Amino acid sequence: MTTATADEGDGRVAARPAYARLLSFPAIGALIGAIAVFVLFMAVAPPFRAIDNSGTILYQASTIGMMAVPVALLMIGGEFDLSAGVAVTTAALAASMIAWQWSLNVWVGVLLSLVLALGIGWFNGWLLQRTKLPSFLVTLGTFFILQGCNLAVTKLVAGGVTSPRITDIDGYDSAAAVFASDISIGGLHLEITLLFWLVLTVVAAVALTRLRIGNWILASGGDEASARAVGVPAARTKTGLFMFVGFCAWLLGMHTLFNFDAVQTNMGIGNEFIYIIAAVVGGCLLTGGYGSVAGASLGALIYGMTNLGITYAGWNPDWLKTFLGVMLVGATLINTFVRRQAAKR
Amino acid sequence: MSTAARRPTDGPDGGTSVTETVIRLEDVGKSYGNVRALHGINLDVRQGEVTCVLGDNGAGKSTLIKIMAGLHDYTEGRMLVHGQVTHFGSPRQALDAGIATVYQDLALAPLMSVWRNFFLGKELHGPLGMLRVAQMKQIADSELRKMGIVIPDLDRPVGALSGGQRQCVAIARAIYFGAKVIILDEPTAALGVKQSGVVLKYIVKARDAGLGVVFITHNPHHAFLVGNRFVVLKLGEVSLEAKRDHITLEQLTGEMAGGDELTALEHELRDLHP
Repeated sequence: MTTATADEGDGRVAARPAYARLLSFPAIGALIGAIAVFVLFMAVAPPFRAIDNSGTILYQASTIGMMAVPVALLMIGGEFDLSAGVAVTTAALAASMIAWQWSLNVWVGVLLSLVLALGIGWFNGWLLQRTKLPSFLVTLGTFFILQGCNLAVTKLVAGGVTSPRITDIDGYDSAAAVFASDISIGGLHLEITLLFWLVLTVVAAVALTRLRIGNWILASGGDEASARAVGVPAARTKTGLFMFVGFCAWLLGMHTLFNFDAVQTNMGIGNEFIYIIAAVVGGCLLTGGYGSVAGASLGALIYGMTNLGITYAGWNPDWLKTFLGVMLVGATLINTFVRRQAAKR
Repeated sequence: MSTAARRPTDGPDGGTSVTETVIRLEDVGKSYGNVRALHGINLDVRQGEVTCVLGDNGAGKSTLIKIMAGLHDYTEGRMLVHGQVTHFGSPRQALDAGIATVYQDLALAPLMSVWRNFFLGKELHGPLGMLRVAQMKQIADSELRKMGIVIPDLDRPVGALSGGQRQCVAIARAIYFGAKVIILDEPTAALGVKQSGVVLKYIVKARDAGLGVVFITHNPHHAFLVGNRFVVLKLGEVSLEAKRDHITLEQLTGEMAGGDELTALEHELRDLHP
């Protein structure tokens, strides 16, 4: 008996070398990618080195990152949300039009919009559980429903494709101070979205790796049936994740509204894919159960740097999407390779 | 194989066990509508013993597991758990009664680390749901070591472990969380010879730790290595029930293989391939 199983005892499997441990962090690919993109544009694009442009890059990254974080968590939990892009616009339109239509304090609109955004998330989760359809289909439906509502309701209420300006509504100043303030530090102009992004990243990263809910998210995405069998409330966990996407969409929607004072109905369409790209570049597995919040934020940073770096380098920005597509496939291949290396003994 | 077939300890009084019967099935049966899946099953699961349930596909093994695991209720006879007539309404109730089931395919999330899997659904946590990571790693490590499984790095994903080790982690988890009886659903079916050895060794350890083990298998060799008592199911009924002392491996294998049926099959095949 002992001879047959001697190789299972002490000492057979040596502790993994340090590089293998390093490679086992899901975000490692995104970190290397971010450094590479940074070095590239530092070398080829002189305006990229200017300090005031750093603020622009960080702003761009933060508006993507604020959504990439919840989308990454949801993806780790095994689901997609294609409605994440238009939900931002829905939240912004709802807040402005509720306040404008009924002449309410703008904060009432803001809070009702939060209820609506959380409700959309809950509805996505509920529909997923009830229909047992893939979340790709369920949220594709929600995506089109919201896109239609954004246009139709805005035309009905405001008579155009732009939401009414809300600058002279009660409570505007305080709401703008909360959602759209900014500061300058020595020539570096920073928007409050950077703070939102950092806080969301830290909170979500801690939740995923150090809280019980994180264990539940990983398990719900990794193997839902097993998770249920040992008592993990997988359905509630997933609905919660959809609602977290809703919350972040609301937060970004409020920033958009109070930063630009009016919202176009067609904003946000297509952004859901950029959030997913950031999450995947950050090491999230498309099938769930594996990934990193910090990685998704790095993915958003890569997007921000690339988006503006191409312009700063004087390249034709028409190629941006092509570049993103190549990066997505490349990052996925690299992440798969890295994960395989890390899993090797 | 024969050298490895060390006889499981039959207890100091030579087989007449003084251990407690945890589950007793008396003429238990189960019908799905007008299909009688199981009929007249008598079975004792005692602490410190391995009860092997053998049978071909469709013999009623999974129905029997599901009754004991709380997934299905029985429709005939009675089931005594700790001497009380019991009907389980859910797997949760079976778990609360100390009966844990480890399914072959339904056990662990492969991409999650060993310690996360070990505590999944029963995480140790402080205020605000903060996980006690160090404590959980330490417990998982000592529980696995106790059973002879050494995993140097508990942060490794479970999927990187061997099949045998995976089964052992699932079993160790069930034991740690208070199981009195563990039901193992074909734990060696998908494993090679060596890996099966790991699991069988583990079954012996669990038995010696005083647990009742129900070992479902269709491999009579594996069963004979560790079993104290054997029940062979055929078409939903018990076709053989024996204690270890009263049976040989040959008898068990013959009963499993279906004796006469096998001879008939042999003739048929010979006709096909002259």
